[in-house]
Amino acid sequence: MLLIRCPYCGERPEVEFHCGGEAHIARPETPTETSDADWAGFLYYRTNPRGVHAERWVHNHGCGRWFNALRDTVSDRFVTTYEMGTPRPEAGSDVTRA
Amino acid sequence: MRRYSLTRLLKEAASGHQGWGRQWRAPEPKKEYDVIIVGGGGHGLATAYYLASVHGVTNVAVLEKGWIGGGNTGRNTTIVRSNYLFDESAALYNHAVNLWEGLSQELNYNVMFSQRGVLMLAHNHHDVISFKRHVYANRLNGVDNEWLSPEECKEYCPPLSISPDIRYPVLGGALQRRGGTARHDAVAWGYARGADARGVDIIQNCEVTGLKRHPDGSVAGVETTRGTIGAKRIGVVAAGNTGVVMGRFGLRMPVESVPLQALVSEPVKPVFPCVVMSNAVHAYISQSDKGELVIGAGTDQYVSYSQQGGIQIINHTLDAICELFPQFTRMRMLRSWGGIVDVTPDRSPIIGKTPIEGLFVNCGWGTGGFKATPGSGHVFAHTLATGEPHEINAPYSLDRFRTGRLIDEAAAAAVAH
Ligand SMILES: Cc1cc2nc3c(=O)[nH]c(=O)nc-3n(C[C@H](O)[C@H](O)[C@H](O)COP(=O)(O)OP(=O)(O)OC[C@H]3O[C@@H](n4cnc5c(N)ncnc54)[C@H](O)[C@@H]3O)c2cc1C
Ligand SMILES: [Zn+2]
Repeated sequence: MLLIRCPYCGERPEVEFHCGGEAHIARPETPTETSDADWAGFLYYRTNPRGVHAERWVHNHGCGRWFNALRDTVSDRFVTTYEMGTPRPEAGSDVTRA
Repeated sequence: MRRYSLTRLLKEAASGHQGWGRQWRAPEPKKEYDVIIVGGGGHGLATAYYLASVHGVTNVAVLEKGWIGGGNTGRNTTIVRSNYLFDESAALYNHAVNLWEGLSQELNYNVMFSQRGVLMLAHNHHDVISFKRHVYANRLNGVDNEWLSPEECKEYCPPLSISPDIRYPVLGGALQRRGGTARHDAVAWGYARGADARGVDIIQNCEVTGLKRHPDGSVAGVETTRGTIGAKRIGVVAAGNTGVVMGRFGLRMPVESVPLQALVSEPVKPVFPCVVMSNAVHAYISQSDKGELVIGAGTDQYVSYSQQGGIQIINHTLDAICELFPQFTRMRMLRSWGGIVDVTPDRSPIIGKTPIEGLFVNCGWGTGGFKATPGSGHVFAHTLATGEPHEINAPYSLDRFRTGRLIDEAAAAAVAH
């Protein structure tokens, strides 16, 4: 089980959280002009990296707030967490994996 | 290939078992192949076998980064069934069951396919309705599946508790008698031996790191940790690592890789006659011929390549097992492990072309691809040999995520399968 540092409550066990999948996936702003391929990209295609992954988590059995996190998908170690709506930080660039 | 038989066994016994020989060679990679398969799991090896045996394409290499069968093939709980809801799924998985039934003879290798029946339990009104719908849909597709009352479930599987007092009482079950289990390693080894005998090179410790392309964009070969190897066609069959391999080839995929766990108990005398699955409480269980209870747990909620999952996932499954089979509450668990499964948005596989000419993919089998191994290899071999999908895998195109023609077993089963 992962130990996750909620930016608002501190370290808590994973069972208090729900993972919301990859972060920074923006819904197309002009739906009627968006091609089927771009819709597929938004709905279904994911980065799925072996390395640092930007993802959304919600502390649903705690403060109830969403936040973003960078996590290494090989060691499962959290690199950092950051506020929803802010860009992906540089942190974790020292974790290199193919 | 030296065939295995009773006469051979007696001869070897008389000569101290010195003459068995290796089951497949360990060749150096050639400069070029007609077809390169990336990934030496059951699906990749089956593909190579059928390329050689059905299509006569023998200038084939299977490149495996570790050892064959060391991925999900050797980590899975080996449940085989075909009672899926949609027509496309019934066709694909039943094709596999048909091949399973003759596989040991075909390969001259005992894959220990045991049709002991797969019983899926219903615990609530929704399960009952949904499973009955599956039974009817399956019958229309010629797939065996029948509805059992709780008493009939108990008769089929005596260790099962059908007490109305448990938290999720058994309200009935759907039984596929043709379903069962097989020996996972033997499936990989049997296909490897059969493919090797027909000229296929099985190259282990050879990781594919990149793609070589012709000026017109079509595939020219692969870069590997053992040098560049040319190929006219390439089939990627890398399960949980599909996203990584395709990423190295410059393609994004509609898959995410997550851990899935299993565990086994200490071995005991035969106590469990069939396979039981319970989606609602999340447990599946059978007993191996060695005597261990083989128990499948769920997936973790996040992308990971760690090949291990959270303890809470296993505990959750064991809670359900103990409730359904009270006699197992004092059983000791011996080992647990994880595999990385590649999950698609509709929980159906992707078998076919990619945007790169000459590059094909067979992936997205997620939590339930072992059962499909022979069928998957058979139709993917057709795809690689002819350049076009077999009618059975045509609906499983990558393009379905653009057109919207999903095969939504995710909605139909709602859980790991
Ligand atoms: C715990 C668990 C339980 C399961 N239970 C069941 C079940 O009961 N029934 C069922 O039907 N299915 C089950 N499954 C799913 C099933 O195991 C998979 O769907 C199936 O094994 C996939 O087969 P494969 O040959 O594609 O994968 P694998 O056996 O994983 O083969 C892929 C191979 O590709 C290799 N590879 C990866 N990257 C590279 C590279 N860059 N270069 C070269 N080689 C590479 C890997 O090393 C690996 O050997 C389970 C899975 C797990 C993990
Ligand atoms: Zn919190």
